[in-house]
Amino acid sequence: MSDTSTPPKPSKLPIEEIESAVIRFAGDSGDGIQLTGMQFTTTTAFAGNDLATFPDFPAEIRAPVGTTAGVSGFQIQFSSRQVLTPGDAPDVFVAMNPAALQANYKDVKKGGMILVNKDTFNAGNLKKAGYAVNPLEDGSLSDFRVIPVELGRLTRNALDGMGLTATETERCKNFFALGMMYWLYDRPMEATLKWIETKFKKNPKYVEANHKALHAGNAYAETAEIFGHHFRVNKAPIKPGLYRNITGNEATALGFIAASVGAGRPLWYGSYPITPASDVLHELSKNKNFGVKTFQAEDEIAAVGSAIGAAFAGHLALTGTSGPGIALKAEAIGLAVMTELPLIILNVQRGGPSTGLPTKTEQADLFQAMYGRNGECPAIVVAAATPGDCFQMAYEAARLAVKYMTPVFLLTDGYLANGSEPWLIPQAKDLKPFEKVPLPPVGEFKLYKRDPETMARPWVSPGTAGYEHRLGGIEKQDVTGNISYDPDNHERMVRLRAAKVNKAAQDIPPLEILGEKKGKVLVIGWGGTYGAITAGVQNLQKAGKSVSSIHLRHLNPLPPDLGDIMAGFDHVVIPELNMGQLLKIIRAKYLVPATGLNKIKGQPFKVTEIEEGVEAILKGGK
Amino acid sequence: MPAESDNEMEILPAAGPIAQTAKDFKSDQMVRWCPGCGDFAILATVQKLMPTLGIPREKIAFVSGIGCSSRFPYYMNTYGFHSIHGRAPTVATGLKCANPDMQVWVVTGDGDGLSIGGNHLIHALRRNVDLKILLFNNRIYGLTKGQYSPTSEIGKKTKSSPMGTIDAPLNPISLALASEASFVARAVDTDLPFLSEVLTRAAHHKGSVFVEIFQNCIVFNDGAFENVAAKDVREEKMMKVQHGKPMIFGAKKDKGIRLNGLEPEVVTFDPAAPPKDLFVHDEKAPSATLANMLGHLAEPVPQGIFRAVERPMLHELMDAQIDQARTAKPADLQKLLNGPETWTVAA
Repeated sequence: MSDTSTPPKPSKLPIEEIESAVIRFAGDSGDGIQLTGMQFTTTTAFAGNDLATFPDFPAEIRAPVGTTAGVSGFQIQFSSRQVLTPGDAPDVFVAMNPAALQANYKDVKKGGMILVNKDTFNAGNLKKAGYAVNPLEDGSLSDFRVIPVELGRLTRNALDGMGLTATETERCKNFFALGMMYWLYDRPMEATLKWIETKFKKNPKYVEANHKALHAGNAYAETAEIFGHHFRVNKAPIKPGLYRNITGNEATALGFIAASVGAGRPLWYGSYPITPASDVLHELSKNKNFGVKTFQAEDEIAAVGSAIGAAFAGHLALTGTSGPGIALKAEAIGLAVMTELPLIILNVQRGGPSTGLPTKTEQADLFQAMYGRNGECPAIVVAAATPGDCFQMAYEAARLAVKYMTPVFLLTDGYLANGSEPWLIPQAKDLKPFEKVPLPPVGEFKLYKRDPETMARPWVSPGTAGYEHRLGGIEKQDVTGNISYDPDNHERMVRLRAAKVNKAAQDIPPLEILGEKKGKVLVIGWGGTYGAITAGVQNLQKAGKSVSSIHLRHLNPLPPDLGDIMAGFDHVVIPELNMGQLLKIIRAKYLVPATGLNKIKGQPFKVTEIEEGVEAILKGGK
Repeated sequence: MPAESDNEMEILPAAGPIAQTAKDFKSDQMVRWCPGCGDFAILATVQKLMPTLGIPREKIAFVSGIGCSSRFPYYMNTYGFHSIHGRAPTVATGLKCANPDMQVWVVTGDGDGLSIGGNHLIHALRRNVDLKILLFNNRIYGLTKGQYSPTSEIGKKTKSSPMGTIDAPLNPISLALASEASFVARAVDTDLPFLSEVLTRAAHHKGSVFVEIFQNCIVFNDGAFENVAAKDVREEKMMKVQHGKPMIFGAKKDKGIRLNGLEPEVVTFDPAAPPKDLFVHDEKAPSATLANMLGHLAEPVPQGIFRAVERPMLHELMDAQIDQARTAKPADLQKLLNGPETWTVAA
């Protein structure tokens, strides 16, 4: 048995250098899985690895304890080379109870390690997890290396005599498991020890208990020699600079605050809580010192309505939600299109339709952003590719909205929103401020007289003398902005609004092609599938296949060079987590026989799925 | 009970130094309501009121939803926003909180404000957003050509209720009071001096204002309020309530309201010697109970200011939190981007 009073000595057990590893923690939603995962992530980032994470949690806050419905998971891939996804199949899986095992073991790599909390494998928990026979005893896990550990009992032993209640002791077992994983991957524990001190600074007993549990797990892993040997993942060749870990939702919120600074206008965020977008509301609400006004509205419609009012008032105005909320906002977005006000609409997409899969990811709201309103009602649509890219695209969405005086959709998704990656922190001073367009002199002011370069109308803040005007949803007369029912005027205005949105194409930088400019297959991605597509295409390229890829951040208008790039390839493949929405848009616009590669499971693409899909095209020669 | 000397008209500021006339508030747009519509009178009253407020027109905005009344902003030479059905309070909330220097009016109707936009109305009122919400109640849908509304009398025959409506109407005053509006009033489109008086008070109130204006729809619900508001009956069928004054009505001032337990009752008396136990109106009462009782009075129908209390306004609270946050932590974008934990990857 380990002795927690002496610090662990350098291990005599052999250490194996590996390039990368994928590990997953899973347990009840009350087991502290997300916290454990985040601690492992921070420590891994400090160790200099590249990494990507993917939390996967149930929609229920506390589903019945011990059931598969309540299983919360956290996966991380870390490596000494570039990491683009949280990994397809875990090498090591930590199951805190039978339900976690039941819900996850099929994902584990054949021959991979499953560490189970043996204490929880009693008749009651097995039954709740749907096991008739104990899987630790019936040979059903023979594909894996199963390591049963009495996490509960060992934690109790380690904390014996501290005067903690049974519940308090039980809550420390995740740190015991984390300590074991730190030993397995030869990680220092300082960052987590420090975090525990900060977190429980008001309760020294908890600091001591969690420190002890972490140390005990670490020592146990070594002295009990349960793993035999351990691993080392060396530093990755990462671009030098100052880094932090960031989730997509955090990056989105920071991007909007930065945009508010760049625009020189206060930020208004009208929102109604909805999974998986609420964290953007939380994040912005924390930063009122930047003049951010957050408004938790009575419903989705009020949220967008308030943003339209704030945009009218001259604020940088946003509304954020997920697909069901966009459905409710549709009419108001049309109003913003008609009144030509800058409005940023964030959609953190989730599985649909209807309530769908609130905590799972999907890309099925592209059509909704493109077409989901009455009338000819175009909006600019952009999408983020990675958690960190959410910052860039939030800034870009705001810039385009103000420049072109039009609503802009920013599409992210549950995978990006909750997933995290190391982020090279941008320099605030390097952010390009928005251009300010001066108002015309009072006498020459016409509400809908357009800027020749951007086709934007002037943005006048109420309170400005001499520019009093009325906006509204009824069709506008060209130039004056007065109400008009004239047939020719209506057609002209419909075409002008569309032309204005298309003008934004002039702002889109040339697409970066991963691979050759000509070849057999071009893979086109958008949104959160970037990591899986890029990793898959890189693997195919290493295998000598003629495959290239591009990733679209601008979806309406599309990048001007897209057509020419597609012309260089025999086949175009478009992987999407939907039934083929970008596919239909590209087929319709360019008349190319592109092929879809589609997955609608509420889960991100695995790298192997991209590889297999593209291989099939290469083989089939279709 | 408030002091007798508390004359409400004294608290109103005099007109400001800006020379504006009603004409300055008329836009160049042709007014397109049906001839004889009650909206004309309300528009004229508001246009006349504006120059007395001492606020330059660029600091005033009218926001509306959809319906006949919602065309109002187009006819005011101020800033204006004709938004979508029911949503005016949301747009107005964003506008007011983003630019507290603006005086923001919302013009809505019984369909726009109480049916499709009912949710926004109650939330704007309970938040005490500094909005002057005027609800033109004509108890009918006019712009869609004559269907019943949430204030139509039960049994009313309309195009969509040929056998009579079966939906019970709601009481706008009660709804506003239940939503904790800080100013609740009622006036009639045919009594312009009194309408003007009520709107003047509304204009000076700080916080969420709700004014129900009985308004006639000459085409689809002509005579909507004739039974109580017609010139020959209104003195007997309606009652003007005044803060600190006993509730007396009737052409001869010979009727009043007295509380009988929890129920109001009408008493008749010699105008020279009104009874001492008449109910005295208190618009500043901390609880809305008595105002709500008035709101439910069917005869006489009370008009005037049911409630006028002060409480913090949404934009004030919002700005105070921003100030508090700034004092606690100055805005430093680089620090924000760096977050709580960073590490350096060396070259």
